[in-house]
Amino acid sequence: MTSLVDHSARETVGFSFSEATAAGAKQHGFYPYTDNGGSTLGITGSDFAILAGDTRSTSGYNINSRMVPKVFKIGGDEETGEGARIMLSVVGFAADGTALKERLDAMVKMYKYKHGKPMSVAACAQRLSTILYEKRFFPYYVHAILAGLDEEGKGALYSYDPVGSYEREQCRAAGAASSLIMPFLDNQVNFKNQYIPGSGEGHALVARKPEPLPLETVKGLVRDAFTSAVERHIEVGDNLQMLIITKDGIQETFHPLKKD
Amino acid sequence: MDHFPGTWGRPRNDVYGAYDPSYLQSTGPKTHTSSPAVTGTSVVGVVFNGGVVIATDNLASLTPSFLLPLRTASYGSLARFTDTKRLRVFGDQAVVGFGGDVSDMQYIDRLLESIDIRENYSSHGNTLNAKNLHTYLAKVFYKRRSEFNPLWNHVLVAGFDSAGKPFLSSADLLGTTFSAPHLATGFGAHLAVPILRRLFPEERPVEEISQEEAVEALKQCMKVLFYRDARSTDKYSIAVITKDKIDLKEDEQLEKQSWAFAEKIKGYGRQTV
Amino acid sequence: MFRNNYDNDAVTFSPQGRIFQVEYAQEAVKQGSVVVGLVNKTHAVLVGLKRNAEELSSYQKKLIEIDSHMAIAIAGLASDARVLSNFMKQQSLGSKMTYGRPIPVERVVNQIADRAQTNTQHYGKRPYGVGLLVAGVDDAGPHLFEFQPSGMIQEMVACAIGARSQMARTYLERNLDQFADCSRDQLINHGLRALKETLSQDKELTVDNTSVGVVGLAPEGSKARIESFKLYEGQETLPLLEALERSESSGTMEEESMEVDS
Repeated sequence: MTSLVDHSARETVGFSFSEATAAGAKQHGFYPYTDNGGSTLGITGSDFAILAGDTRSTSGYNINSRMVPKVFKIGGDEETGEGARIMLSVVGFAADGTALKERLDAMVKMYKYKHGKPMSVAACAQRLSTILYEKRFFPYYVHAILAGLDEEGKGALYSYDPVGSYEREQCRAAGAASSLIMPFLDNQVNFKNQYIPGSGEGHALVARKPEPLPLETVKGLVRDAFTSAVERHIEVGDNLQMLIITKDGIQETFHPLKKD
Repeated sequence: MDHFPGTWGRPRNDVYGAYDPSYLQSTGPKTHTSSPAVTGTSVVGVVFNGGVVIATDNLASLTPSFLLPLRTASYGSLARFTDTKRLRVFGDQAVVGFGGDVSDMQYIDRLLESIDIRENYSSHGNTLNAKNLHTYLAKVFYKRRSEFNPLWNHVLVAGFDSAGKPFLSSADLLGTTFSAPHLATGFGAHLAVPILRRLFPEERPVEEISQEEAVEALKQCMKVLFYRDARSTDKYSIAVITKDKIDLKEDEQLEKQSWAFAEKIKGYGRQTV
Repeated sequence: MFRNNYDNDAVTFSPQGRIFQVEYAQEAVKQGSVVVGLVNKTHAVLVGLKRNAEELSSYQKKLIEIDSHMAIAIAGLASDARVLSNFMKQQSLGSKMTYGRPIPVERVVNQIADRAQTNTQHYGKRPYGVGLLVAGVDDAGPHLFEFQPSGMIQEMVACAIGARSQMARTYLERNLDQFADCSRDQLINHGLRALKETLSQDKELTVDNTSVGVVGLAPEGSKARIESFKLYEGQETLPLLEALERSESSGTMEEESMEVDS
């Protein structure tokens, strides 16, 4: 193995720090991102949408805090969040997440001020994509999920990559434990790999058709997804925050998760 | 006698090798602070019933720039300033504890000073509380990191929120923020937080924690940090923030030190048994 | 054509020490329909009389929400008011963004006053042709400010600006001592009464021409610290107008007998 440092120089001069002068141009980087861990997930039903996330914040192997919510109400009162009809979850680099949430919140409020009506979730989804893409070459390092009720009152959920690609989905998991949770949701929400028993063999097998699930079932799935993720991922834990939007508004709940 | 003033005070070429002027070159991209120079170490804070207590030691360590490439080794920690006050009172209800670069701390200090003056022009005085202050500082950090020109600090802000509840929150050079009933930055995140989590477990309500107990816990943390953090000192500052007043002491001395444990430490250096 | 030689711009004093363009701007405020504002210990109320340019047109908005803790009532050029309200909205959002604090009312009022003053000291500029009543709450409680095109601002206990506002001011002056300790609903009632005083013989307050806005401190023990600005317009004002009528027929201020909160 070759070394960039000329060791012979040190031997002749006899000072341990002589290599500093031999090292040439300094390369010291400032890296503007960090990963604060955590996981989020969203599921929709026929007349509701759920966004959930754990409340742990990490830096490396350190737990910063056990209570840093990742799911936010957008466009509501600052103190209480009252009046909001849109929810946003952000996971990844928390400072970018907060900045993104605040920009979207200000956007939605300006929309209401200018147009005198609340922004639809579809319009907000498109706007969020633009906000993310504006920083295409210095991205918000977050996976965002936006949820609300669409014009027909059906649950609507949009998921994003850090630079603004988005699509409307039934369900989505993001963050540290997304690779653990997403396959579970595929199976339990979209009924992937589920077939109708006795319907046949091989190609004759009939796949079970996905249908919107009732709220209580979905709540159960969310809790199961997180209790399982906590077991296997060190960056996930502490508390489960759940925001549920129905025609009556947004309801927020917290449940304890394992703190190890 | 060297008759060239330009070389006075510079390391001798015959001893240290030719002077490396690379940092003077104007070619290449514009660079900002890419590592801190004079730094303060941990900040520790605890919420108790009716207030917050926060502490830092009074040391600023220097990592000379010509030693920066060796920082990963054990070189480059000169105890440069042993009387650096790292707690900053803002208004009459908030204290900021600074870790990290001292010149950036002094810059932020000037920012806070000008805000305080501006606020005091309004007829109701400075109504910014610790929570407002923390939001502001986090925005400053985030803006500067987004410009790739970071303020190299990790701060704790202690005081009260608008509802009058005790408030303790952290902000760092990336703009990352988090809040908890007890927090510590730097080395303290490893050494002080476990102590505090044992003394004040989550099940224990904040209402149960007395001021005396919180202060005692912080003193204990400062002592452990002095024992184990090479870049710390035994002189420290501590501020107790309650509704009525801020009690700031800047010349405290760690008491009842005992280095007896040091003899029993094994597993370092040449010691084999 | 000209009233005198000293009103060609807003930067020239007359020998009597007057700036006519600014005074003309203040006339524009008097042309606008009346708005009334008043505060008690917990709330600030704005009421306004809306006008429609013609029978077939809609009514001009009189009350504009700036943020959940603050609103303005306007008298004069509505388009100038929009510029000011946009600016105030920007400032308010900015304060919430940087400090997480609703901007103190006095602060933002001072800022629009500075802008208005600039217009009176630069050649080629025109003063704002609008007067404002700014109502809001902050850490120091509820506030009401009057703003004039000259850049003058004053904190008020009660105030009325716009056409025939003298009648409203007379009412407010006469009942001043009742405001501080009255209830939220009574404060609205006082506002509507003052507004009604300004009406000419053939006019009356209707659900179409009345706007009411309330902002205040939330009652003790509630989740939020403030009661967010609530604008009553159209049918929503009906219970308020009915309460006004009842209180007038009985001759006394009625105690909270109605549910106005929605």
